[in-house]
Formats: sequence, structure tokens, C-alpha cells
Amino acid sequence: MQFLQLVISGISQGCIYGLIALGFVLIYKATETVSFAQGELMMLGAFCGLGVMTFLEYPFWVAVLASIAAMALFGILLERAVIRPILGQPAFSIVMLTIGIGYVLRGLVTTIPGIGTETHSLPVPYKDMAFNLGALTLNAEQLVVIGSTAVLCGALFALFKYSKLGIAMQASSQNQLAAYYMGIPVKPLNGLVWGLASAVAAVAGLLLAPITFVHANMGFIGLKAFPAAVVGGFGSLPGAIVGGLIIGVVESLSGFYLPDGFKDTAAYIVVLVMLMVQPNGLFGERLRKKV
Amino acid sequence: MDSLLSAQNLSVRFGGVLAVNNVSFDVKRGEVFTLIGPNGAGKTTVFNLISRIYTPTTGTIDYQSSQGMLRLTDQPAHKIAGLGIARTFQNIELFEHATVLHNLLIGRHTHRQTSLWQDMLFTGTARAAELKAREKAEEVIDFLDLQHHRDSLVAGLPYGVRKVVELGRALCTEPQLLLLDEPSSGLNVEETEDMAFWIQDIQQELGITVLMVEHDMTLVSKVSNRVLAMNQGEVLALGSPREVQTHPGVIEAYLGTIDDVSNLRREAA
Amino acid sequence: MRFIFKTDYAQDIRLAKHGGHVFWYSLLVLCLLAAPWLIDEYWLAQLTFVLIYGIVGLGLMLLAGFTGLFSIGHAAFLGVGAYTQAVLTNIGLPFPIALALSALLSAAVGLVVGLPALRVKGIYLGIATLSFGFIVEEVFARWEKVTGGNAGIHIKAPDLFGLKVDTADGFYFLCLVLAVLATLAILNLLRSPTGRAFVAIRDSEISAQSMGIQLAYYKTLSFALSAALAGIGGALYAHKLQFISPDQFNIVQSIDLLLMIVVGGLGSVHGAFLGAIFLIVMPQLISLSKDFLPAAIGQAPGLQSVVYGLVLIAFVLFEPMGLYGRWLKVRTYLQIFPFYRRGMFKRQKSFQKSDRLK
Repeated sequence: MQFLQLVISGISQGCIYGLIALGFVLIYKATETVSFAQGELMMLGAFCGLGVMTFLEYPFWVAVLASIAAMALFGILLERAVIRPILGQPAFSIVMLTIGIGYVLRGLVTTIPGIGTETHSLPVPYKDMAFNLGALTLNAEQLVVIGSTAVLCGALFALFKYSKLGIAMQASSQNQLAAYYMGIPVKPLNGLVWGLASAVAAVAGLLLAPITFVHANMGFIGLKAFPAAVVGGFGSLPGAIVGGLIIGVVESLSGFYLPDGFKDTAAYIVVLVMLMVQPNGLFGERLRKKV
Repeated sequence: MDSLLSAQNLSVRFGGVLAVNNVSFDVKRGEVFTLIGPNGAGKTTVFNLISRIYTPTTGTIDYQSSQGMLRLTDQPAHKIAGLGIARTFQNIELFEHATVLHNLLIGRHTHRQTSLWQDMLFTGTARAAELKAREKAEEVIDFLDLQHHRDSLVAGLPYGVRKVVELGRALCTEPQLLLLDEPSSGLNVEETEDMAFWIQDIQQELGITVLMVEHDMTLVSKVSNRVLAMNQGEVLALGSPREVQTHPGVIEAYLGTIDDVSNLRREAA
Repeated sequence: MRFIFKTDYAQDIRLAKHGGHVFWYSLLVLCLLAAPWLIDEYWLAQLTFVLIYGIVGLGLMLLAGFTGLFSIGHAAFLGVGAYTQAVLTNIGLPFPIALALSALLSAAVGLVVGLPALRVKGIYLGIATLSFGFIVEEVFARWEKVTGGNAGIHIKAPDLFGLKVDTADGFYFLCLVLAVLATLAILNLLRSPTGRAFVAIRDSEISAQSMGIQLAYYKTLSFALSAALAGIGGALYAHKLQFISPDQFNIVQSIDLLLMIVVGGLGSVHGAFLGAIFLIVMPQLISLSKDFLPAAIGQAPGLQSVVYGLVLIAFVLFEPMGLYGRWLKVRTYLQIFPFYRRGMFKRQKSFQKSDRLK
């Protein structure tokens, strides 16, 4: 029973990792750049929700929609202002840029007098609700996380597979110049992708908030989402979620069954093992230059 | 003339695609041997098999190196240059952020004489080796008239010059066998003529055997001793340039005839 | 305007390309030698840190700037060097031996960390090194018997076979000597086949292989050398601070190191030291300017974070060649005045093309 309990809490945590990883993979799939700012965008989304609920005193659902919309807009603006000028530069520079963005966001949030440096709890309607299924105790928060993730994934999968938008995104990531020639509006598309990724990050933030509370260092969880994306295969949307779930469950179990210290490093050990066994992740694609 | 390189029953499969199907040929020492054929025929794949970037699914390649007959298909990719085989690439693979001279000096890598520690301390041996490498690179620069571009960064050079730099880098390895992948693609008439002269010089003055892939039939007839025509991964014809160019199968698959056009005219009417 | 007429190959090989180089670098060395008598103790300590971070920066520059392998967990090597030096010095080993062993152990760890590099590229390698960084940091915290865990350990002063270096001046000279040796070693590597092989691997792995460069050997070598330099830097770092704990070698430190080489100028030896200067001077500048800024901004806890982030973004956007690049442009402007044209250093517009096969 304890085992099952741990697995469920691992799945729920894993869903969060998976959602953040989803953001990475979305951006990577569309623009082949890696963004280290997802964690901070998630944190910003959570603060947005907090702001709308506690200061503007709107109900929960309004706050959720407002945060998602606000973050999507922010993502589009961010892309326009900062990312667009540097496309075409080596991958490393772009990574450093996104790290810089993360630093700025984190710093700005801590600057807000009073709120920035404190830890807040998000007053969600399902707070402290729990269900009992036999001997299992299921936290409503965890269930909401798992449910929302599933819905979101389905939507994104459909977007990429069946809609013209999704195919256009994939085209522009594989050969930007050719995409231009085909009349694909590459620049607005990139903006849209960043907006989408930021919206996903906002959702992750709102889902995570009841569990870890809202504070400026929330973004560091984003670092654990990288192993999730790598385990699943960078470039595969289902892979991001699967990777997240694997990491979440392993972390949960190792926190209980293994000695101290393994819980924090479990994610990283898993990713190293994966890179040794299957260098491109579970669903990843082969990276090889054709000469 | 003895056989320098001999490929026997080479086949390579990528997933469901049979890129090269039972291809056999041999390259005699001192000759210029050309592979022709439509795009997708498998010519560059054959090159990649020889450079060991790909591994054949079946078949072998034998090579007469200075240490005797070697099974090339057993060697790892980085040993190929040391055996005396150098190549150029279809889509230029130069070191973009280095100067032309730097690129050529990297070509001298197989003739390296110093160890890591000698390099770090830059001992007398390291210095002497550097000067010698520099001299050799300079010889290649003279041969190809690259003096003007010696210290330019490759990233800023025009396409024609880059092709020549790639040729130079391959020559710096002092090869026995030189693989040229479409040496005249993207070059104008003048540059192609220069290339033809260089290939002849490479064969006659430097005594290097040349194996090349080419589409420009004038260049092919001018410099080649023997030609192999491929189509869809298979061998179509092998012989002198004249023989292959008049081979009916080659004409149908690749070179084209007047008959083809008349078919279209009839259909339109 | 300076024209360099080359009359023999040895000129190309020399480190100092012309008289001006010799003059300015000699002047620099003289100033550095005279520093303890020219500047006060506080700034001498900062200069010592610049030298230490410079050595680490050289290693990371070699790995990321010259070989193109990205290591997001480099602080781990810093930590290995620091802890090894601490443990060995505390049991009484003389400084040079302890230093050599620290460098060797760091190199060994670097070799292990470099193993994924043989199979994975790009972001995957970055995540692998990031993971190693976290794991090593956790090991420092958990292996209390050796490292003292989260409580940290103190380190005794360096002991050069009897000659105790317990003054700030003495330690400064020690760092200076090691920094100069490290720089010369890297410069020598770069003008020899090994260094060229590294650059070849960065620019085109496939043609590097066709030129006879064994990827596995050189990638591992790059990791080992880079880690060894970080280990030496870490050992000096430990002696300077006289106290180390695991949280000094975390992800934030790793990102600081990366920031250092990006701001300094990726792919240049000068960049390592310019970046080190930036890393040490920036916090000073921020605290100095706090007095001039309105309280809301000046006293904000996130100010350093914001400034670092903005600087990083600014450099990547406007000056991708880093501080060294900016210096090159200024110098070129002065050298060929008035013929400097605005587009001289402009990079060609490049479109992103995927290397993915699917």
C-alpha cells in the first residue's frame, strides 16, 4: 500500500516535470533551441495566478484562464524581443540567453516589495481535499495534476499531428530557409510556439503551487525537468511526459527505500543511465549529419 | 598496373532502402576512376563506405596500403586518413571558424610527430614539426594558388574557393588515393577547367590515384581513365569514358536521348 | 596602421606576433609582478581571485570554446580539486604534490564525465554534465568522513617543501605563476596538432574523422585537461578561502563559470581572463552603485540576479564575441583609422537548419 501511495505521488510529481519538459520539447521541436527559462516561466505563471486571486480577488477559474493568457502573451513578447534576433546563432549562445532570461525573471520577482521574497500558498478550491480508495489516500491536488496533464497532452498531440499549424511548426524547425520559401510565416510561428510553451509552463505552475507553495525559487524544479526531457527523448512530446513520469516515480520510491541523498540525485542518475543505454532517449530521434 | 582498391559485392541497406546493391569495382594504381550516375544512384554512399562513415551490410573493400593488403571494412573511420585515403565532401565540410592555413594544417594531422606533453611544452621537436607541417601546407598552397586566401577565415570565402580549399586539405594528408565528391559542382566554366588541370596534375605530377564522382561529362571524358556508371544502387556499365557514354543502358538512365523528347511531343498531340 | 611582413614560417608560429605584442604583454607582466606594492590588500585579493577563476576559465574555454563540448556542471571539477587539496594538505602533504594529485584526480573525474561525450552531443551532453554536477555536489555533502559534509572543512596554508606561504602576497605570486604556466600551456596546445584537432572537432566532426582525428581520444582528452585546470583552480580557491563547503560548488557556480566564458568571449584565451575580471568586478560594481540608486532598486534582493541576467542577454544579443570581441573591434578601429567600416565584423545571416534525421 505504501508502495502504491508512493507511486501515485511520484506520478503526480512526474506530471509536473513532464509539463515543464513539454515546454522545453515544444520549443525544441519548433525552433531547435533549448530554453532554460521554462522553470522561471512556470514560477511567473504561479505568481500570476496568486496575484489575480489574492490581490484582484477573482475566483479560481478566472485566475487560471487569466494566468494562462497572460503568460502566453508574455511568451510571445519575449520571443519577439529577445529570442528572434539571435536565431541562427550557435545553440550554446541561445542556451546562455535563456539562462539570462531566467536570472532576470527571478531577480525581478524578488524585487517586488513584500511578495517577492515570501512563500505564499495558492487558495485553490480543491485544497486539502482527499479521497479514500480503500487504504489509499488520494490527494485531490495530485489527481488534478494528473488529470490536467492528460488533457493537455492529448490536445497538444492532436495539434501537432493533425493541424496545419503543427506541421508548419515542424517544417520550420527542420529547415527554416525552406520553410520561408514555402510561405510559412516562420517568425510569427516561433512567437506562437513560445507563447504556447509559456502557457504550458503557467499551467504547470498553477498545478504545482498547492503542493510546493508559490515562491521565487520555484523555478529550480525546472532543472529536474531536463532529465525528464532527455529520458523521453528531446524532440518527442509523449517522450517528455513519459520521461517526467519515470523520473517522478523513481524519485518518490528512492526517497523512501534508499538512503538519504538519493532522492535529490535520483533524477540525474536515471538520466545518466539512459544516456549510456540509449543515447537518444526513449522516443528520441537519431542525430547524425548526412554528408 | 596493380589494383589499389577493390570493392567486392558491396551492399548497404538503410532501413527499407537498399542504397547500394552488389557493387563491385576495382581502382588501379595511378588512374583516374570516375563514378557517374543520376542523383540517388548511391555514388556518395560508396564514398562514405570507403571512408568508413557507413558500414556495408554485405561485401568487403580491400586496399593495398603501404603495409600490405588490408580489409578496409574492418578499419574504424579515423584510421582511413592514416592509410593514405583522403576525401572531399559533396557539401563542403570545412572548418568554418578557422583560417584556410589552419584547415590545411589540420590536414597534416596524420603526419603528426609529437605527443601531448611535447605540444603543451612546445619543445624543440614540436617546433621543428610545426615548421615542417607549415612547409608542406605551403607546397599545397602553391600547387592550388591559394596564396591570396591564406589567412582568410573560411566562413567568408566564396564557394569556388572553398571547394579548392577542401581539395587542398585533402592533398595535405599526402594520400595515395584521393576521393573527390563532385569536384566541379557549383563551379563556373573557368573554375571547372582549373579543376580539370589540377586533377591531371595530381595524377601525373603527384602520382596520386583519383576516385571521383562527377556529373560534368566533359570533365569526365577529359580526365578519366575508366568510368563506372551506377543507377539505383547498381552497376550499369564499366569501361573507358567513350564506352560508358555510348552504352545504351547508361544513355537511357542518365544521359538522355533525342527519342525521349519525341515521346513527349507525340503525347501532347 | 601596422603591417606585418612575414618572411619566415617561424613568425607564424611565434606566440608574440610582433613587437607591439612583446611590449604590451611584458608591461602587463611587470605590472602584475609589482601589484602587491601598487594596490591595497583588498584589491590584491580580488586580483588573486581573478587569476584563480582565469585558470578555471581557461579549462572551460578549452572544452566549450575550442572543442565545442558544453559542460554545464563544471563546478564539480572545481570542487573535486578543492576538496582533494584540502584533504591532502590537512594530512601534511606539501603543496606541489597535493596540487599535482588534485589535478590528476580532477582529470580522472573529467575522464569519467567525458564518457557520455563519446556517444551524445549538444544538449544531451549538457544535461549529462549537469547531472554529474548535481551528483558530485551531493557526494560532497554526504561523504562526511572525508569532506566533512555540509559543515565544510578548513584548509591549512600551502607548504612548499618547508617554505610556508601564509601571506596574501606570497599566495598571490603562487597564483600568478600557475596562471602564467596554464596560459602558456593552452597557447602552446592551440598552435600545435592537439589544439587544431580540438578546433576541428568543434567545427565538423565528420571531416575531423576523415582527417584522421580519433574523436574518442580527443574528446576525452579535452575533458581531462579542462577538468585538470579546474582542479588546479579549485585547489587554489580552497587555499584562498581557507574554508570550503559543498554549496560553493553547486549549479549556480557552474553557471557563473559559463557566464564568465560567454561574456569574456567564446573561443579566445583572452576571454577566459576578461570573463574572470568581469565575474569578480561585477558584484563590486553593483554594491558600489547601490548607493547611487533609489532604495527600491538598490536594496532589492534580486538586483544582482537581474543585472547578471541582463548582462548575459545583452552580450549574447549584441556582442556574441564577448568582451574580447569588443576589444578586437576597438583595436581594429584604432589600428586602421580612418578606414574602419561598420560591417567589418558582421556575421553572415544564417538560417537555422536541423541536423535531426527524422
